[in-house]
Amino acid sequence: MSVDQKMDSGRRQLLVATSAAGGVAAVATAVPFVASLTPSERAKAAGAPVEADISKLAPGEMMTVEWRGKPVWILRRTPEMLSSLEKTDAVVSDPESGKEMQPEYAKNKHRSIKPEYLIAVGICTHLGCSPSDKFKVGAESGMGEEWHGGFLCPCHGSKFDLSGRVYKSMPAPDNLEVPPHKYLSDTTILIGDDSKA
Amino acid sequence: MTISVIKTLKRLAAAALFAPTLALAAGAVLHLDKAPVSKDQASLQAGAKTFVNYCMNCHSASFVRYNTLTQIGLTEQEIRDNLMFTGERIGDLMKVSASTKEQKAWFGATPPDLTLIARQRASEFGSGADWLYTYLRQFYRDPNRPTGWNNKVFENVGMPHVLWELQGEQIAKVSEHDGVKSIELELAKPGKLSAQEYDKTVADLVSFLVWMGEPVAEKRKTIGVVVLIFLAGLFALTFALKKNYWKDIH
Amino acid sequence: MTTKSQELLNWIDDRFPLTSTWKAHLSEYYAPKNFNFWYFFGSLALLVLVIQILTGIFLVMHYKPDASLNASGIPVAFASVEYIMREVPGGWLIRYLHSTGASAFFIVVYLHMFRGLLYGSYRKPRELIWIFGTLIFLALMAEAFMGYLLPWGQMSFWGAQVIVNLFSAIPVIGPDLSVVIRGDFVVSDATLNRFFSFHVIAVPLVLIGLVLAHIVALHEVGSNNPDGVEIKKKKDANGIPLDGIPFHPYYTVKDIVGVVGFLIFFTAIVFFAPEGGGYFLEYNNFIPADPLKTPPHIAPVWYFTPFYSILRAVTYPLFGIDAKFWGVVAMGAAVVIIAFLPWLDRSPVKSIRYKGGLFKGVLAVFVVSFFILGYLGVLPPTPGRTLVAQICSVIYFAFFLAMPWYSKLDQCKPEPDRVTFK
Repeated sequence: MSVDQKMDSGRRQLLVATSAAGGVAAVATAVPFVASLTPSERAKAAGAPVEADISKLAPGEMMTVEWRGKPVWILRRTPEMLSSLEKTDAVVSDPESGKEMQPEYAKNKHRSIKPEYLIAVGICTHLGCSPSDKFKVGAESGMGEEWHGGFLCPCHGSKFDLSGRVYKSMPAPDNLEVPPHKYLSDTTILIGDDSKA
Repeated sequence: MTISVIKTLKRLAAAALFAPTLALAAGAVLHLDKAPVSKDQASLQAGAKTFVNYCMNCHSASFVRYNTLTQIGLTEQEIRDNLMFTGERIGDLMKVSASTKEQKAWFGATPPDLTLIARQRASEFGSGADWLYTYLRQFYRDPNRPTGWNNKVFENVGMPHVLWELQGEQIAKVSEHDGVKSIELELAKPGKLSAQEYDKTVADLVSFLVWMGEPVAEKRKTIGVVVLIFLAGLFALTFALKKNYWKDIH
Repeated sequence: MTTKSQELLNWIDDRFPLTSTWKAHLSEYYAPKNFNFWYFFGSLALLVLVIQILTGIFLVMHYKPDASLNASGIPVAFASVEYIMREVPGGWLIRYLHSTGASAFFIVVYLHMFRGLLYGSYRKPRELIWIFGTLIFLALMAEAFMGYLLPWGQMSFWGAQVIVNLFSAIPVIGPDLSVVIRGDFVVSDATLNRFFSFHVIAVPLVLIGLVLAHIVALHEVGSNNPDGVEIKKKKDANGIPLDGIPFHPYYTVKDIVGVVGFLIFFTAIVFFAPEGGGYFLEYNNFIPADPLKTPPHIAPVWYFTPFYSILRAVTYPLFGIDAKFWGVVAMGAAVVIIAFLPWLDRSPVKSIRYKGGLFKGVLAVFVVSFFILGYLGVLPPTPGRTLVAQICSVIYFAFFLAMPWYSKLDQCKPEPDRVTFK
């Protein structure tokens, strides 16, 4: 009377077919539940590209815009600031921006489309704090004589230069992320969208 | 004994059958025209345009994002160019610029959000679409109302006839038969559109409101067909499996 | 089975009764072989419970029990439901499964209870199973009622308003009691939050506990069957009932057929008619709750209407207490009286198959009047309808209270020794 003895081939086939179909049903059922865990239309709308007006940004100044709930910095660098990048080349861990932390068009020393403007996500690549700006140079900055201007993460002390490149031997592993962006005009930047219209 | 039981049953059945007639006698009966609801994208797009131009001056659709309108076949650029006027972003909700408090001060009541209007207005007299289709075509001039307008379906409605330039002005002919008042509407001053054109405009608008009430409705039905076909197959399999096991049971 | 997995199983069995539980409740739980269509609804009720819990868990991730108004002047709770329906990927499906599941739960449970009525499943030795079942029904009503407030539509609000006000009819403590239930002088944000808490935590815990007790009690005494004869009276040499078959695999494969059949009906409603013609999702509930404006006609959801009709049918004050109170008493009694069935039925047989025309007739009248009560409950009252509701309410109670007499008078046929199996 044991079930195993009665396991004729027809029953075996049926069991396999039913289990397979049941498995398909289970996976299909899981789809809406898993989908519901992904960002909603509201979250996507909040993550839509944002326009930034940079017409009033003076050299040496930085403005912050919100994109996908994150701070995005727009820094207008002075010639002195840009030249500081030459000096930091030796002390940063990824001077050539080898890692995929920026779109192809920002894979250069100044890490931007136009050298003058740095656009970067102001979130430390270590554990997600927002670094503070330390633009002053030398002892005045409180960062030591050797400081060329840059950013300091208050949480674990990671240092970044004025291109968002991380210094060597810091908790942060990578350079600051450069978001996809494009210039709609000389004074308007669209952050979050770099498609060619 | 059984006979009396059957008699009681019959009496109760009669009472149950009689109940709905009593219901209709008790309340006002609404005679609604059947709305020609369309799922055609051209109609929905025309309806969206009417909605944005006429309804959204006062009513919001605050659960709908502008970019949801891509589901009725519009591109984001078309939505920006034709349906957005006040510098919103494409992902914004379709809200009105006036605050609810201001609106309350102006109109005495806040114009309701219209996102779900087609689902709200369904009743035993017809679908929500039927109600809207009838309502939007049965405004008439009434000097006793503060707005100068009244409506056959929605008596003493607070909303003026926003589409009057299109429809023209109707007046009411009130007649009384055996104490029952009935209202006949007559077009006194024609509008920009002919009667047929106006009906089509309203039908498109109503179709859009129906779509807006549940944008996922069509997708839901499509998925439903697949699910039912799959379950029918699964039923056959499980039934065969059950038969196979149960052939041992005598 | 390979030796490795056998070793693992032994290791577990030394520490946890896995194999013995499997045997006791599935592979060596002997169920009568003559279960018919009516016996699907127990496992289906369990299925719907799982659906409700699973979809509920995911709804809670997006729902907000908040009666305050958002920037568009719409209550946050109402807006969060629409947010689920429109903006959460797959959210519309999860919500429709949950809202349709509520009605499906009652359909399945009503049919399950009717099965018990047909075959005398409540009778000795299954009285406790029946009492646990009645408590499940009560918990389910509480769960459904509080869940219905959460979408914060007009029907949610005014339904809760009316039902909570029922408690104020209780003499002396009533008015204070209803304030304590609401946490406010009207149904408000406080009410919404506590109903949410009860709906997602308290009542589901109670429900699951009761369902476990229901099944444990059932497996202790064994299942009844359409013939109402005890299969344990006739056993073979090994002590296995002659008319019993192992629940697994025979009833697992059979119940799976029932599950798929049920899912066909269930998904058909979810995908093609989730509003259920205005009965599963009421049209007025698409309007956000407005404490200043009652909809012209409010009716409870369909599964409450028979009991709501009984409530409204009581129009006479008694002993100096007004009718409202006695209506509440009648409605409560209508549910509680179900628990007493095991002691009201004095018939020599359990199953309807061997009962006489008297019982069958009375049961038919009872079912018809229950349907009429349900139908009247969705309609606004008129004097004529109230009269019909009163007649049906009397029939409802007479079915239970007169059962000791008519079940004894009934001309029953003799029960067979063994179950009938074609």
